[in-house]
Amino acid sequence: MHMDTQENPRILDQITTETPVGLPQGEGPLFGDPDPDAARAFFMGKSRSETDKRMSAKQAVERFITDGCYLAIGGFGANRIPTVILHEILRARRRGMAFLGHTSTHDFQLLCAGHCLNRVDAAYIVGLEARGLSPNARRVVQSGEVELCEWTNHALSVRLQAAASGLSYGLLRSMLGTDTFRRSAGKVVRCPFTGKKFVALPALWPDVAVIHVHEADVFGNARIRGISVADMELARAAKRLIITAERLVPNLEIRQDPTRTAIPYYLVDAVVHAPFGSYPGNMPYEYFSDEDHLMQWLAAEKDPEIFARFLDQYIYQVADFDEYLQLCGGLGRLRELRDQECLAAD
Amino acid sequence: MSASYNMMEMMICAAARILEDGKTVAVGTGAPCAAAMLAQKTHAPNLVIAFEAGGLAPRLSQMPISVGDSRTFFQANSAAGMAEMMTTCARGMVDYAFLGGAQIDKYGNLNSTSVGDYKKPKVRFPGSGGANDFASLCWRTLIMTVHNRSRFVEKVEFLTSPGYLGGEGEREEAGLPPGTGPYKIITDLAILGYGEKSRRMRLESLHPGVSVDKVRENTGFALEMPEKVALTPEPTAEALRVLREQVDPQRYVIGK
Repeated sequence: MHMDTQENPRILDQITTETPVGLPQGEGPLFGDPDPDAARAFFMGKSRSETDKRMSAKQAVERFITDGCYLAIGGFGANRIPTVILHEILRARRRGMAFLGHTSTHDFQLLCAGHCLNRVDAAYIVGLEARGLSPNARRVVQSGEVELCEWTNHALSVRLQAAASGLSYGLLRSMLGTDTFRRSAGKVVRCPFTGKKFVALPALWPDVAVIHVHEADVFGNARIRGISVADMELARAAKRLIITAERLVPNLEIRQDPTRTAIPYYLVDAVVHAPFGSYPGNMPYEYFSDEDHLMQWLAAEKDPEIFARFLDQYIYQVADFDEYLQLCGGLGRLRELRDQECLAAD
Repeated sequence: MSASYNMMEMMICAAARILEDGKTVAVGTGAPCAAAMLAQKTHAPNLVIAFEAGGLAPRLSQMPISVGDSRTFFQANSAAGMAEMMTTCARGMVDYAFLGGAQIDKYGNLNSTSVGDYKKPKVRFPGSGGANDFASLCWRTLIMTVHNRSRFVEKVEFLTSPGYLGGEGEREEAGLPPGTGPYKIITDLAILGYGEKSRRMRLESLHPGVSVDKVRENTGFALEMPEKVALTPEPTAEALRVLREQVDPQRYVIGK
């Protein structure tokens, strides 16, 4: 105890003598306003009524995803992603959007294919993990078409958590001392209690988020099985939220087991019934990823002309997601992917 | 080198031996995951394997393709979220993490972001992902990589994830938790560690048939040398059997 009382004045001296200007600051661009009162003013006006929010993927994109908006996608790159909405964004030819590039893989690949983005908060982009790197996403990023700000996966989940908590910043103990920090919009701060250094991260309220779930009711109460990744934070930080669901269930079923509700209805603006909506991604307990089709994407991207034809064939000349599923092998292929997922223990 | 195993098998077996029973290891896909699975199925049955997307303590039966696919939480004790995994690192409960990168320097700093001018890069890589978080917060970081001059460079072009930064004391000065940092590098030529004071990369053991000169030729900076260079033990027959039959029967990682 005696040690503590001797040490504390020294720490306090450091706090009062070291100005904030002396601590490192990131040089990266800040996309969005971290003011919690601006967010509160928005959320004050958001509907709390239990209304039927069902609509098609096309309608959800038309109503809530606009040119220039800040978009975030739930799940993890090619796992539990709303591919059904991403394809509609491409067909709607959205441009100039900002994107939350946390753990993004096939989602980022799609948005680069459509040249939809000009600003990206990047933790993980242009790659598809063990499958390799996306040649087209690399071309887009290397051309300077999108402005980047660097973060880490944890940093982006902390930024969303700060927003979900109604704060203007969150704290992190990584990024310190690196170029990842230098190219971020974070600032090093000192703890007022211990004098230790942390990175202050600006809160992030995406204009719109899209999260694919296992089950939802028509009001938007949603259930997720398996890992939640950063979707608990994302659902609560996003100003508008589109839920795409493998299955719709009655509201009474939600009410009979409310512990399973991951996302309550009042956060949700649109509910899209989308069986196999994460294809070619993996949907836990439903179907595994279509690795053959994902490899077709990577192969087609090597040559821009072949890739343009590939996009026409699979997205631009396709009426809707059901037709895409048919093109990729329909129920026969989906049955194989379901067996891969559900019979993994055998 | 004996013809009874290939270099990837050698690296996976060497990495698995480092992981102790009863510890926690954060892994990605590929060779590090195979090493953790091998350790768990041999000498470290109580090794806790953790994935950044939220899969915690699974019974891995098939090799994951993504660190967020459903294989990463197959028969797991918990399917949580990224914040659960990362705050577990921040609380000091993750002992080891495997990292990778396009470039590594003499202090173990890693580049997985870009080569060339940052704003208009010659090559853009994915960026940190969760690597900077792991490198900052886990007690000991491990790297598995091929060993050549384009990877082992004097200075990384973009410092994505922290090693010992510019040397002794710099991690602590930056604000990173004391007692954390790079531990071992397992390459196709050797196992390397770091000087206790200098924090610079140091040769520890050579794989059978590899010379010190060969390691020097493939390293773009001066390595510290121990008084006596050890020989990396060859994989045991039992480790190879488990690796081939139980960890990677499809030979995704160890090769056909």
